[in-house]
Amino acid sequence: MSVDKRVLTCIVCPRGCEMTATITDGVVTEVVGNTCPRGKKYAEEEILAPKRMLTSTVRVKNGALALVPVVSKISLPKEKVLACAEELRKVTVEAPIAEGQVICPNILGLGVDIVASRSLAAATDKD
Amino acid sequence: MNQIYDVIIIGGGPAGLSAAYSAWENGAKKILIIERDRELGGILQQCIHNGFGLHHFKEELTGPGYAYRCIELIKDKPEIEALIDTMVLEILEDKTVIAVSPEKGLLQVQGKTIILTMGCRERTRGAIRIPGERPAGVFTAGAAQRMVNMEGFLPGKKIVILGSGDIGLIMARRMSLEGCKVEAVLEICPFSNGLTRNIVQCLEDYNIPLYLSHTIVKIHGNERVTGVTIAKVDEKMQPIAGTEFDIDCDTLLLSVGLIPENELSRGLNLEMHPLTSGPIVDQRRQTSMPGIFAAGNVVHVHDLVDFVSEEAEIAGKFAALTALGKLDEELTVVNVEAGNGIRTCVPQKLSLPQEGEAARLFMRVANPERKVKLEVKSGDTLIMSKILPVAKPSEMIALDLSAEKTKLIKGSLIVALNREA
Repeated sequence: MSVDKRVLTCIVCPRGCEMTATITDGVVTEVVGNTCPRGKKYAEEEILAPKRMLTSTVRVKNGALALVPVVSKISLPKEKVLACAEELRKVTVEAPIAEGQVICPNILGLGVDIVASRSLAAATDKD
Repeated sequence: MNQIYDVIIIGGGPAGLSAAYSAWENGAKKILIIERDRELGGILQQCIHNGFGLHHFKEELTGPGYAYRCIELIKDKPEIEALIDTMVLEILEDKTVIAVSPEKGLLQVQGKTIILTMGCRERTRGAIRIPGERPAGVFTAGAAQRMVNMEGFLPGKKIVILGSGDIGLIMARRMSLEGCKVEAVLEICPFSNGLTRNIVQCLEDYNIPLYLSHTIVKIHGNERVTGVTIAKVDEKMQPIAGTEFDIDCDTLLLSVGLIPENELSRGLNLEMHPLTSGPIVDQRRQTSMPGIFAAGNVVHVHDLVDFVSEEAEIAGKFAALTALGKLDEELTVVNVEAGNGIRTCVPQKLSLPQEGEAARLFMRVANPERKVKLEVKSGDTLIMSKILPVAKPSEMIALDLSAEKTKLIKGSLIVALNREA
C-alpha cells in the first residue's frame, strides 16, 4: 500500500484554504484543512483530473466594442485550457450579443460551451 | 437654478451602482450616478476573469457578469438617473457638483447628499522610480488589461511583470492565454501581495517563475524595451550588489499598487487617512463633512468586489436616510485605532446612537501571521475577539460588531493582534 500526502491551495474561492490530501493507492482517502465541501471536491479533482475555468475574449464584428469577454460554462480539463484559448483566437462573432449567448459550442469536442459573459450592442454611427 | 437630487453618486462602478440601489431601497426619490467612462460598470468591465460575486450574489461570476447584475438592479427605475461620458470637475461645500460631458457641455447639479465612489488608480513607473531608459513598452498592468480585454491590442509578446498583486498575477495568465511568453513575475516583498489562489492558477499552472525579494534595477532599450536587469533585495528592500541578472523582454507590466482616487475629496478638504490614502469615514461611511459619504476603493483598496458592494450599500442607506431627514439622533463619536500588528482599519470612527449600531470593521495586518488573536478593546474592556489561523496583508479581514457590542464602547476602540493566543 502506498500512502502519499499532498498540500494544495484551494482555488474555488478567494479564501484560498490550504489543504492536505491523503492519497492511498492512487485514491484520495482524506482531505483536511478545507472550510467547505467544495474544497474537498476541488482537492479530489485536482489530484485525479485537474480542471480550470477559461475566460478570454473573442473578436466582434459591428459591435459597440471590438471584443466580447467569454467564459467556459463549466471547467475544462486543465491540460486543454491553452488549446481552447488558441481556438477562441480564431473566432469572430457578430453584434448584438446577449449575456450567456453561446459563442463557441462544444469547444474542441470537450462537451463544454463557451458563452458571452456580457451583452454587447451593435455599433451605432456614433461609435 | 441647480437641479436638486437626494443623492448624487460620483462614479458608476460596483461601489456607485450598489450605493445607488441601496439608496433607492431606503427611500431616496431622486438619485443621480455620474460616470466618466462610455458605460457603467467601472473597472469590472475589463476584469474578464471569474471569481467575483460568491459572497454578494452567491454565484461565481466574471467581472462583466458582476457589473451586469449591478446594472440590472438600477435600470428601469425612474428614481435613478445615470449620466455616462461625464467627468466631475469639482464638488463644492454646498454639495454642488460641476461636471462636463461632450453631449451636455458644462453642467451643474446639487445633492442633499453625495457619495464618493471614484475607485482607485494604479501606481506608475514614476511612483517607484525605476532607473534606466524611457522606451515604449512599459505599461501598468491595468492599462494592459484594458488593451487586451476591451480594445483588442496586445501590448507585447515577451513579458516581465513587476509586482505580484492580483492584477499582476491575473495579467500573467491572461497574456499566456493570448499566446505571449511571460518570463517572470518579480516581487520586492518576501511574500506575494496577491491571493494565494491566484499564485496557483495564474503562475503555477503556466510555469511562470515568481521571484520574491527581487526588483528591477534597470530598464533597457532605446525605442522599445529590450530587457530588464533584476536584483535581489535585502530586508530594507535595497538591491544587493552582485546579485543582478538580465531578462530579455519587449514589455514590462507594473502591478505595484493602487491609490484611491481622491482629487475631488481633497478639493473638499475632507479629512484623509495617511495609510489608506482615502477619506476618514465612520461606520455609516460618512466622511468628515456631513452629508458627504464615501465607499469602495476610494476609501481603501479592497481585494473583493463583494466587500465593495457591501460597503457601498451602507453608504447608500445612510445617504438616503440623511437626505430624507430621517436621522436626527444624537451621536457619540469614538476613534477606531489600528494597534499592534494591524496596518489599517476602516472605519476609522464610530458615530454611535444611544442604542448602539452594528458596525463592520475591515482590517489589514501589517505582516503575514499565523495563529493570532484579533482583539477589539475599548479601554480595558474586551469588546470582541477572533482567532485567525492565518492572516496575510493581501487578504482583508472583516469583523462584525453587533449593536449590542457597540454599547459596551467607552472611549477609543483599539484593534490589535495578540500573538500569545
